[in-house]
Amino acid sequence: MLKENEIKVGDTHSSVLVEDLKRTQIVQYAGASGDYNPLHTDEIFTTQIAGYPSVFAHGMLSMGLTGTMLTDYVGDGALKKYGVRFTNQVWPGDTLTGKATIIEIRQEDDGKVVDLMIETTNQDNVSVITGNATAKIES
Amino acid sequence: MAIDKFLVEASHIMMFARSVGDANPIYHDEEYAKGTDSGGIIAPPTFAQSSAQFDPDYFLRPKIGGEGWFGSGKEATGSKPSKDSGGGGGGGAAMGLHAEQHFEYHMTLKAGDVLTATTKPGNSWEKESKRAGKLKFSESVTEYRNQDGELVITATGVGVQTERAVDS
Repeated sequence: MLKENEIKVGDTHSSVLVEDLKRTQIVQYAGASGDYNPLHTDEIFTTQIAGYPSVFAHGMLSMGLTGTMLTDYVGDGALKKYGVRFTNQVWPGDTLTGKATIIEIRQEDDGKVVDLMIETTNQDNVSVITGNATAKIES
Repeated sequence: MAIDKFLVEASHIMMFARSVGDANPIYHDEEYAKGTDSGGIIAPPTFAQSSAQFDPDYFLRPKIGGEGWFGSGKEATGSKPSKDSGGGGGGGAAMGLHAEQHFEYHMTLKAGDVLTATTKPGNSWEKESKRAGKLKFSESVTEYRNQDGELVITATGVGVQTERAVDS
């Protein structure tokens, strides 16, 4: 868990979430999450019927990858809220970088918390996820 | 969507954590997890989404026998999806593309918990976009409760139906 005296507004944490995203990782997420929408794993359906250039990642895979960066930063079991908007699709071959920025440190009824702004971008610096999180900290 | 029994199991958590690139031992190493504040294996923050596995009618999973599945076999498409059931833990793909997802954590979700989930529709609205035509947004709110009836996670999903495939 983050400690209040070791952090300040404006601090950032970032990490590379995935390099050259493989189709197989998308399949892996489909299997684990139970979302077998063919848009994510079935190239023939996705290109010929749905009209996309290729399969693409589940939004929830991008949110999950971003969540890994987030819990690595704030600690296990510390999150109170985590929410995102999916701003662009993520394609096989993409390299994603996630970043969390501290925007506020404040008191809630049951203790100190930190509010974070979240953004995940691809190799072209295009945002694929924007969001917010709130996590418990040690005071 | 209602899910009567969502068993939160350590092996499922391990597989889910792998799929989101998370090597944290608290998701797969019981001995390590025992020594942490949570006292055991916990679930990653987006794990509740895998409640789709426990929805018997989830329409984005091929049914046994393959009937009604709309993905490719020999041909590019099979059957049309048969029903609009399912929500995969709070919206998303059941309503087209997933636009937003929000989780509120009331307690730490742990291996061994047994959850129930109930989903209610939230707001809906429309918007014009250059990249995909008319967009119809709809929200759904899912409450996950544990074996003691305590609220563990509230998940709010926003799905969007697009008029056509999104231009990239």
